[in-house]
Amino acid sequence: MFEFLQLTELRKLLDEKKVSSLELTKYFLARIKEHQDLNAFITVTEERALADARRADEFINSPGENPFLCGIPYAAKDLFCSKGIRTTAASKILDNYIAPYDATSIAKIKAQKGVLLGKTNLDQFAHGSSGETSAYGPTKNVWDKSRMPGGSSSGSASAVAGGLAPWATATETGGSIRQPASLSGISGWKPTYGRVSRFGVIAMASSLDSIGAMAYSVEDLAKIAEVISGRDEKDSTTGHGEVPEYSKRLSADIKGLKVGIPKEYFVEGMEDGVKQRVMEAIKELEKLGAKLVDVELPNTKFGSLVYAIVCPSEVASNLMRYDGIRYGHVATDTKNLLEVYEKSRASGFGNEAKRRILTGTYVLSAGYKDAYYKKAQKVRRLIINEFAEVFKQVDILACPSTPNVAHKLGKAAENPLHGYIADQLNIPGSLAGLPALSVPCGFARPDDGESPSMDGLPVGLQIIGPQWGEQKVFDVGYAYQQTTDWHKKHPSI
Amino acid sequence: MLSKEEVVKLSKLARIALTDAEVEKFQKELSAVLDYVEELKQVDVEGLEEVSQVTGLVNVQRDDVAVAAENHEEILSQAPEIKDGYYKVKAIL
Repeated sequence: MFEFLQLTELRKLLDEKKVSSLELTKYFLARIKEHQDLNAFITVTEERALADARRADEFINSPGENPFLCGIPYAAKDLFCSKGIRTTAASKILDNYIAPYDATSIAKIKAQKGVLLGKTNLDQFAHGSSGETSAYGPTKNVWDKSRMPGGSSSGSASAVAGGLAPWATATETGGSIRQPASLSGISGWKPTYGRVSRFGVIAMASSLDSIGAMAYSVEDLAKIAEVISGRDEKDSTTGHGEVPEYSKRLSADIKGLKVGIPKEYFVEGMEDGVKQRVMEAIKELEKLGAKLVDVELPNTKFGSLVYAIVCPSEVASNLMRYDGIRYGHVATDTKNLLEVYEKSRASGFGNEAKRRILTGTYVLSAGYKDAYYKKAQKVRRLIINEFAEVFKQVDILACPSTPNVAHKLGKAAENPLHGYIADQLNIPGSLAGLPALSVPCGFARPDDGESPSMDGLPVGLQIIGPQWGEQKVFDVGYAYQQTTDWHKKHPSI
Repeated sequence: MLSKEEVVKLSKLARIALTDAEVEKFQKELSAVLDYVEELKQVDVEGLEEVSQVTGLVNVQRDDVAVAAENHEEILSQAPEIKDGYYKVKAIL
């Protein structure tokens, strides 16, 4: 009944008193219970949600306008600190951690009286691209439960795609919003680095971490962007200008807009079905009056390699704070301080976190730093410069979000490089801090076996904009969703 | 491939105790990652500046004013062991 409604529709129902926040909240809590097998949530905050919904209803019933998110239930990736609520990062090292404060983005949603349903599953510390590195078990893809939903924002993707929550917060370091949004058939927004405060979101790689969202439409994402974006004294990378009123300015008129098609994003080994759907979507943009321009980004191939050095380096540094002293898991049976560190971290971190910490420690260690870390940061400059040049010729880029539809669960564990390959079409933009969207653009049959639906599995169109160019990205996504209805296709669960 | 000694040294630096089986596994897995990035060595980066951040912002600071944190107890309640309002740790030696 209420599942799969866009936020703009829910807003209208609430404002017209056709439904109460409490009814909506109960409805989604029931759906979460009914679909526990998806393993989309680590913690469900039922009692708080009901109390918050009642407060939102009181506000709605009092005179005056309602903020956009008021009374609308949502889910938060369990990487966002939420005051008084367990926040695990899907790692046993934080299994019993109750955050003593709210992330800035959570506080902003709370100020609008958004209703938090619970905390969603993810790859442990967001390390992964399949959801499978979670210490709480993998999340399932709503279109085919034998497949991965994508990651690291796996639970947020499945919760929204399965109609367990009308929208969810998510984070991206190398592809963790676009990739799962694509594989799960929903819309995902990765902001310009620095657009949304990172404060209170458990850090992975600080020069890359971006805070965004997943929903059913670009219009909804533009609305959410207005709420969570902006300068925050607690995150010194957020000091860029005022936040535009993205949703008011949304324009489906993209006549004459120059859309770059980077040939390097149609990689060798990509699935034919994915390529076809994306090409059809690009043709759709052309029909709307956009001018297609072939562009080249030859250093794209180095993106994942740079990331494979920069990300673990920053991870090694950020994860040093888990020491078993101030919060989180502590090992027993220790003789001295050093053993507390070594044993707590050994028993608290999962395999992927350990590998990234050790990799980062290696490439940052004396004698190797210049060859690896500094070199990678210089190649990163090459990638940034290359994007900047291309954006002198075109307004935005359109390409696939992923080279394939969702893989079978278990595939990621076979290869320590899985994530770097899965996210190869997202990583270069992340390294440059660019804003991007993934929007559903059809279905394709997987190369590795059958899917429950004859149509296959969701494919995503990726739209990448220049730094701070959120508006253009939203406009193109919005225009596309005005003439297509792929974003209105939902699984029958 | 990384030697056993190298991985053990990394585990000491990273403060993570590893089992023998883990040492062997990470010898292989870290080597796979290092092989994967090997191609970067060939890239010509002459004259390029390293990237440390992408925003272009410089020296962003807030006013140097002390702000009271009201949630001391909540913060301390997360620690495995506290005594008289302080974190309690094991002896260094």
